[in-house]
Amino acid sequence: MSSDDHHHGDHDHSELSETELRVRALETILTEKGYVDPAALDAIIQAYETKIGPRNGAQVVARAWIDPAFKQALLEDATRAVSTLGHVSRVGDHLVAVENTPKRHNMVVCTLCSCYPWEMLGLPPVWYKAAPYRSRAVKDPRGVLADFGVTLPTETEIRVWDSTAETRFLVLPMRPEGTEGWSEQQLAGLVTRDSMIGTGFAKTPGAPS
Amino acid sequence: MNGVHDMGGMDGFGKVKPEPNEPMFHQEWEARVLVMMRAMGAAGAFNIDASRFYQESLPPEVYLASSYYKRWLLGLEDLLIDKGFIVAADVAAGHAAERAKPLKRGKFTLDDVERVMARGKFGRDAPKPAKFKPGDRVRARNMHPATHTRLPRYARGHVGVVERDHGCHVFPDSAATDSGENPQWLYTVVFDAAELWGPDADPTLRISIDAFEPYLEAV
Repeated sequence: MSSDDHHHGDHDHSELSETELRVRALETILTEKGYVDPAALDAIIQAYETKIGPRNGAQVVARAWIDPAFKQALLEDATRAVSTLGHVSRVGDHLVAVENTPKRHNMVVCTLCSCYPWEMLGLPPVWYKAAPYRSRAVKDPRGVLADFGVTLPTETEIRVWDSTAETRFLVLPMRPEGTEGWSEQQLAGLVTRDSMIGTGFAKTPGAPS
Repeated sequence: MNGVHDMGGMDGFGKVKPEPNEPMFHQEWEARVLVMMRAMGAAGAFNIDASRFYQESLPPEVYLASSYYKRWLLGLEDLLIDKGFIVAADVAAGHAAERAKPLKRGKFTLDDVERVMARGKFGRDAPKPAKFKPGDRVRARNMHPATHTRLPRYARGHVGVVERDHGCHVFPDSAATDSGENPQWLYTVVFDAAELWGPDADPTLRISIDAFEPYLEAV
């Protein structure tokens, strides 16, 4: 159950069943009218389950950490740079990568709906789509970060990117200390989803995850 | 439209509650709603801006009380009925009671799956030169269209600086109401927190929106 469901509708079992029935009826209608092939719908779900997810973004970040030329290309035109990595799935236009540094922390939100770089990070988590994050990220990002247990130095500049158009933003988190000489694959294992949204940091070697 | 979907800066929604090891879907039906939306959009029944507009148009109390995929379901049903792809008799029967309406790109089949996994293309040729360039000071217009717009309320009337130029894109305000793509220049505009939230705002904070040229005026 999603967190917003706990406080509002949809928590009653009979209501849930009603939603399920409604969804099934709609799919029956769309299928019978010849609009969709249900097997094609199954295939989209399977593709979401197997082809997209934060590991795509993590590979991009790890490459940027070890390859300065790639990092520069990524910050200049992320769509083009990512498309040169054959092992990452196709990426849409207008992907923008923004770099976290000791001086500046970037954080991404969509206050109007829930725009999110699906191809890089997978489907967004419930909290990203829910009112508390969407309402507060642009006004009180330090308070939001505290909800994640994250504290930034008081002097760090914060930049919040509100995804109000068809541009999509990927945060390039800072490379953790103590990872000198690590392979790209080892580094990718430290890159969390939240670190690429800007609500967390990359994992530190040896720290509990 | 000035709806409850436009949440930036609102108070009272409480803490953000991350869920450890969150599953991709919490209920099986959520996945079905997601893919019906994607498939019908890809088949040409509606564009992404219309689908957003229909969710925004849900009654505020319904929008706030519904989970993300429930909103998708309600918006999708309304959209398909308004566009004539399903009719009340279909819904009442739970089956196709009336004849189908032709889809712009035809039935959604396995051949179309690859296409929906990549985002659509929204960049367009420029019909006219850009009015603004990075470094320009601009004011977000004090505008309140009753239909879909992507200019959040918290930015309206405030002065920021153009930081990036993203070229010309499909204009959601037009596309949402089937009034054509009407391509417009798109810019990242950055605001100081104090400009948006007053003197008590976090002095280290800046906020950007991506704003279409009709949302902006020179200062």
